[in-house]
Amino acid sequence: MSSQDIPEENLPAEQDAHGAVSVADEQNPFADPGLPPHEHRVQDIDERAAKRSERVVAFLFTLSMLLTVGFIASYVAIPHDKAIFVFPIGHINALNFALGLTLGGALFTIGAGAVHWARTLMSDVEVADERHAIEAPPEVKAKVLADFKEGAKESALGRRKLIRNTMFGALALFPLSGVMLLRDLGPLPGTKLRHTIWSKGKLLVNMNTNLPLRPSDVAVGSLTFAKPEGLEETDEEFQTEIAKAALMIVRLQPDNIKDKRELEWAHEGIVAFSKICTHVGCPISLYEQQTHHVLCPCHQSTFDLSDGARVIFGPAGHALPQLRIGVSDEGYLQALGDFEEPVGPAFWERG
Amino acid sequence: MKKLSTRRRHPLAAVVVLLLALAAAGGAFSLLAPASKAQADESAQSLSIDEGKKLFAVGCASCHGTGGQGSSDGPSLVGVGAAAVDFQVGTGRMPAQQPGAQIPAKKVIYSQAEIDQLAAYIASLGAGPVIPTKNEYGPAGSDIAKGGELFRTNCAQCHNFTGKGGALTHGKFAPDLEGVAPKHIYEAMQTGPQNMPSFPDTTLSSKNKKDIIAYLDAVNGDDTESPGGLELGGLGPVSEGLFAWIFGLGALIAVAVWVAARTAKAKKS
Amino acid sequence: MSTNENNERRDKAPAGEKIADWADGRLGIYSLAKSNMRKIFPDHWSFMLGEVCLYSFIIIILTGVYLTLFFHPSMNEVTYHGSYVPLQGQLMSEAFNSTMHISFDVRGGLLIRQIHHWAALIFLAAMFVHMMRVFFTGAFRKPREVNWLFGFLLFVLGMFTGFTGYSLPDDLLSGTGVRFMEGAVLSVPIVGTYLSFFLFGGEFPGGDFVARFYSIHILLLPGIMLGLVVGHLILVFYHKHTQFAGPGKTNNNVVGMPLLPVYMAKAGGFFFLVFGVIAAVAAIASINPIWAMGPYRPDMVSTGAQPDWYMGFSEGLIRFMPGWEINFWGHTLVLGVFIPLIIFPLVLVAIAVYPFIESWVTGDKREHHILDRPRNVPTRTAFGAAWISWYFVLLVGGGNDIWATHFHLSINSITWAVRVGFFVVPVLVFIATKRVCLGLQRRDKDKVLHGRESGIIKRLPHGEFVEIHEPLSQDALHTLTAHEQYEPAAIGATVDANGVERKVKGSQKLRAKLSEAYYGEESQIPKPTVEEYKEITSGHGHH
Repeated sequence: MSSQDIPEENLPAEQDAHGAVSVADEQNPFADPGLPPHEHRVQDIDERAAKRSERVVAFLFTLSMLLTVGFIASYVAIPHDKAIFVFPIGHINALNFALGLTLGGALFTIGAGAVHWARTLMSDVEVADERHAIEAPPEVKAKVLADFKEGAKESALGRRKLIRNTMFGALALFPLSGVMLLRDLGPLPGTKLRHTIWSKGKLLVNMNTNLPLRPSDVAVGSLTFAKPEGLEETDEEFQTEIAKAALMIVRLQPDNIKDKRELEWAHEGIVAFSKICTHVGCPISLYEQQTHHVLCPCHQSTFDLSDGARVIFGPAGHALPQLRIGVSDEGYLQALGDFEEPVGPAFWERG
Repeated sequence: MKKLSTRRRHPLAAVVVLLLALAAAGGAFSLLAPASKAQADESAQSLSIDEGKKLFAVGCASCHGTGGQGSSDGPSLVGVGAAAVDFQVGTGRMPAQQPGAQIPAKKVIYSQAEIDQLAAYIASLGAGPVIPTKNEYGPAGSDIAKGGELFRTNCAQCHNFTGKGGALTHGKFAPDLEGVAPKHIYEAMQTGPQNMPSFPDTTLSSKNKKDIIAYLDAVNGDDTESPGGLELGGLGPVSEGLFAWIFGLGALIAVAVWVAARTAKAKKS
Repeated sequence: MSTNENNERRDKAPAGEKIADWADGRLGIYSLAKSNMRKIFPDHWSFMLGEVCLYSFIIIILTGVYLTLFFHPSMNEVTYHGSYVPLQGQLMSEAFNSTMHISFDVRGGLLIRQIHHWAALIFLAAMFVHMMRVFFTGAFRKPREVNWLFGFLLFVLGMFTGFTGYSLPDDLLSGTGVRFMEGAVLSVPIVGTYLSFFLFGGEFPGGDFVARFYSIHILLLPGIMLGLVVGHLILVFYHKHTQFAGPGKTNNNVVGMPLLPVYMAKAGGFFFLVFGVIAAVAAIASINPIWAMGPYRPDMVSTGAQPDWYMGFSEGLIRFMPGWEINFWGHTLVLGVFIPLIIFPLVLVAIAVYPFIESWVTGDKREHHILDRPRNVPTRTAFGAAWISWYFVLLVGGGNDIWATHFHLSINSITWAVRVGFFVVPVLVFIATKRVCLGLQRRDKDKVLHGRESGIIKRLPHGEFVEIHEPLSQDALHTLTAHEQYEPAAIGATVDANGVERKVKGSQKLRAKLSEAYYGEESQIPKPTVEEYKEITSGHGHH
């Protein structure tokens, strides 16, 4: 990997090092002619043009001041909830529009003034500056290495191995305290990802009406979302529980159900699947009632609800878990247990 | 008469005739339609069904079968209800022009009176959802915020946060809901047209539907305010990213070119 | 300059000088200023892309500080009572509620929020373009490799700072993104579930991630970035800027305008121009309208769920991946998510390590301050173009649902096209770009040898039509021939004069192969030589 194994002749010739103006001649028709002579701008030779530039710059700076005044005036004068119609943008908030344009204008004109000033009135003579090698000259390098050796020798680090080894040990170990401190960032997973709050006898409550569902409520071709009985939006744990327990309920003609277990776990063709995509957990629910396919809006995994919700397209790795349902004594749809497999995205311990 | 006969070969004659015919038809319906509503008796109803049957035989039967029993080209219409007819024909989806992944909304070719007759005929084939009244879908007594929550639960997954529409499998799509009549939105939820699932009153109450319609009117109506400025289609980060690249970075590069460009040199005269 | 002004300046000078003296006695500013005050910067629009990054970064910090005055990084549930009607009475986290408050009830709050977000998108876009400028002109070569890495790190950290910021309002769109992140973390073999539980303080979404992302977003990542930015700028000053070849420009000088006053005015002015443009964009166009999206609930979603553009390529990766999952001995290997998670950094690393590969292949240990024209380094240019196309294919894949609805395509077909394109497009782009570069090199050579096509057609006495070529100026002749050309590294004879075989290491063979691919006959057009030039220019009758 060292540079030695590439012969120097493969490298192109070093570029013209001096960079001085050399005249093209027979020997070297491509010679560097050197910096072109400086040409004057209008402003350099015509004081009237320079004055014009000065006025433009001053105008831009003045305009900026006015726009800042405009910003303050808008802030004070325009009610924060006033809507206006601006063609072609549409109905927008007047204050945001006024503040943004005045602020933007005030800043832009400062910048435009400064740049115009620099472009037209400041010197535009191009200057060449020498570069110096980034690498230190050999004598500096030699001095530094010698100093380092001297220092290392004086520390006796190389000689007193015991000090060296224990120091490395101490330095290597102490970050572990920091790692330990991170332990309480969260609880251990345990089996939490395997369970939801569904259990035998929990009624399926309609998300929209907050009432338990009856089989007759669910029509073929309809789509309903349900949560477990007793879980309310105001509950402390609502977000975390609904993230696993959300349910999607559709009704199929029992003849259309191709999967035997799906039919067994259904009630009169009513099937309840987890709403949480098995890919990375988006609430999947783009149900096409004629094809019985359900699509995930996040990454387009497609599941066939008439065939055990198996994956027919996209990046999901396994079927949506189905919840076994039946009917309670009062005639409401109820769960016959928790999901038999973990809902949502797959993980190492899922198995 | 002579004048007429000499001008009947005029290039515009066909247009005139068409206009007259249309006006006559329109006039006739405007006379007929209120009549059928005013007289709620059975004879008017059956008259309407008869008219609808005739219209059906001409415009629909080739796909849906002569009795609406369906064929390989179109589903059975028994039991779909008047609301389905009013939605499908009232938004121009039916009659379909050509088969495809999905039948899109297009120009409506039947008058509302004709649609009502067709709906009456289909409703007579089997009971189904009826056309909602203004009372059901109107804005009175609706809760916009509740509608928003319902929309995000039931609808946004296909139609986007504010009903701008979205993609489904194999070229199918959930349409943009801007400008769709409240009645048609109501009917769509009620009947579940094409691949859209239905949301019957038993699971999404009439009041729920009214709330959703009110929410849509608030966030995707003609006068909806977009406080921050250009809405960029309401599509989220994709259009925002394009805008930032093209107009944001584009403008900045244009400015940079100006800053770095050489100032014009004085011309040697 | 009137005499009045001169007098004024003279009167003022001692006061300023006194202060400067005071500072110099303590900080040594004169020595610092000696080498830097009249520092030369070359002028080229593409050299200002880095400034766009720097300025948008400053704008983000300024507006970000303002936003922290109002934002509550808490996930406690509250009921909304602000002025946006369609959300009144809804339950939401305090984070969302305070963002609504900033947007609707703090005057100018919406503007600052929008400037912050637009500036973030532009910051990332500008870093991308800046990085590509550096790449295609070879500005990453010695001595600037470390600065290239600093810049690359800034880009990556910018992506994650952006992602954590995008997640803070706890709206339905960003919450979906965080959920995706949870799924991705869960897919990591062995430790995935633990990582996820530590990140979220338990099960998703829990009540902690906004506060945690907040400290990452406003403190940890920007702090590192600020340090890197300072280091990046110090190195730019120390190395002095690169320049394009041209008359008077050599590897040992830098030609341009001095920092004081021209560059100070231009660069200082450019800050205001950038800020002005971004403020105007924020006045005109809405960004991340969280009120339309509503508060996050893990059981809700909207179609068109995308991350901000800079995370789009990872979204593409995850969307086109087939759903592979391996189950064994009670464990699951979630390849469908984990493979994209691995490719995600690899896509970025592919471009980051390129400078080191190139310098290994060339074996060139010299400093380079003259920029390459992309055409003169066809293999590098082709690699860069292929990388961009790769990135772009993934971006398209990340927005497949939006393309599907707006171009009336099937989402499944787009996904399949991305699956194929991921492998095929970069190869095609590589080949095509290389050919284009060689073509352009040939044209340059033609121009040098035969002059510029003048567009004037002349009819010769025997009836033939020829176009008159005008000879190039000395400036152009020099510029077009200033580039260096390497020779392919050869391994040399493997058998010496005595018939003894010499061992050749595998790495050497690889390098020779790569070198051939870079600089072999197929990969560069030899520069016109003096002899060629003389022969053609002396021989008349040639057109």
